[in-house]
Amino acid sequence: MHKGKGMKFVGDSRISSERKSNIPKDYSEYPGRTEAFWPNFLLKEWLAGSVFLVGFLSMTLAHPAPLEKMADPTAAGYIPLPDWYFLFLYELLKYDFASGPYILFGIIIIPGLAFGGLLLAPFLDNGPGRRPHQRPIAVGMMLLALTSTIWLTYKSASHVDWEQRADANKPVPPSEEVQIDKESEGYALYENNCMSCHGEDMGGTAGPALIGIDYSADEIATIAKEGIGSMPPGQFSGSDEELQKLADFIVSVNEQ
Amino acid sequence: MLQKIYDWIDERIDITPIWRDIADHEVPEHVNPAHHFSAFVYCFGGLTFFVVVIQILSGMFLTMYYVPDIENAWRSVYYLQTEVAHGQIVRGMHHWGASVVIVMLLLHTLRVFFQGAYKKPRELNWIVGVLLFFTILGLGFTGYLLPWDNKAYFATEVGLNIAQDVPIIGDEIKTLLSGDEEIVGAQTLARFFAIHVFFLPAGLFALLGVHFILIRRQGISGPL
Repeated sequence: MHKGKGMKFVGDSRISSERKSNIPKDYSEYPGRTEAFWPNFLLKEWLAGSVFLVGFLSMTLAHPAPLEKMADPTAAGYIPLPDWYFLFLYELLKYDFASGPYILFGIIIIPGLAFGGLLLAPFLDNGPGRRPHQRPIAVGMMLLALTSTIWLTYKSASHVDWEQRADANKPVPPSEEVQIDKESEGYALYENNCMSCHGEDMGGTAGPALIGIDYSADEIATIAKEGIGSMPPGQFSGSDEELQKLADFIVSVNEQ
Repeated sequence: MLQKIYDWIDERIDITPIWRDIADHEVPEHVNPAHHFSAFVYCFGGLTFFVVVIQILSGMFLTMYYVPDIENAWRSVYYLQTEVAHGQIVRGMHHWGASVVIVMLLLHTLRVFFQGAYKKPRELNWIVGVLLFFTILGLGFTGYLLPWDNKAYFATEVGLNIAQDVPIIGDEIKTLLSGDEEIVGAQTLARFFAIHVFFLPAGLFALLGVHFILIRRQGISGPL
């Protein structure tokens, strides 16, 4: 680089006005068959990358990304499972020495030793030799960690019936959810007379759901007055006109 | 014409040295699969980066449809999956890419480990690499919640309960991540979205930059 007196700059900038030639370095004196990255090697890399991308896209097309039902915090009995690359940590916590009173072993000490060892590997394995047989302890620890991780992942994944899980949790299209107009007169009547048993969203609580029922407005009006099955009579209190509005409202929700 | 544009830019900002630093370096024989096929193990790092680029691009397109609130998150993903042209492919790339990046990262780590390539003078780059590993696991954990389906919700709840068991700072970690001491809900989704889309990628870019600069300064490790 040119230094000292006599330097010329572009305008008032610090860019030198002397142009250097733009010729790639000469790699012919490097040992072995060294190649320039640009453009020789990049072309080959580009080809390998394209093959990889085609393979990846084919896999993506063959297996659409899964999506389960919308999250429902009240869904009791749902067995949670993390993504596959966290299964080994999840499985570890099922062992007696890593759960309950020894939970700290499972969440801090064992993963901490493993990942801490990984992070500090260059300082723990600081001998000069690079070949695996020159550093048996480091290689042995890594093989042990690798085998345990694969074993734990296998143990965790092998007893899961993945197809059954996917079938039981198929997404429900939003169009099949009914819209309930909670501002309507009919809903106000529903709120006063039916909601305590049939739920805020007509999904049922003590009584059955009122969505997906196959009754006419007149039949609903009769049931509201006289009851059905374990539903006692006299649940509805109001005028006949209001009864008609309530029945029409319930029918209108079911027509969606 | 192109040469003139290049010269015009070069005269003003002296681009040639920058260009040299980025593109002009040698590929030694022992890492070149064209000469030794077994050198394909040296591709894992580059492929990891390639998949990370796929993740960034597909993720950018996903945010054009995704809505990070509990009422609409699942619906927006469902809409993207079923209605949007090629939405299924873009989401598929992001979903499967998350797994492929972990696999490639694992293979790259094992290559470097078993070759002892982290030994002096490359200790610092190994540490940066392991931090990258943690960052990408974090991206996997936070991204899992975003579709807001049952799988996402319950796995995150378990993850947060595990974080809560950490001594002394457990409750604080859980509150920091989920936005509330008790509820896994609207706040949690917003936090995970912010972490997944802004915080962790920022860390990822910084670490990747350091990783690559160190490789260029030190050169790739020699043959065994």
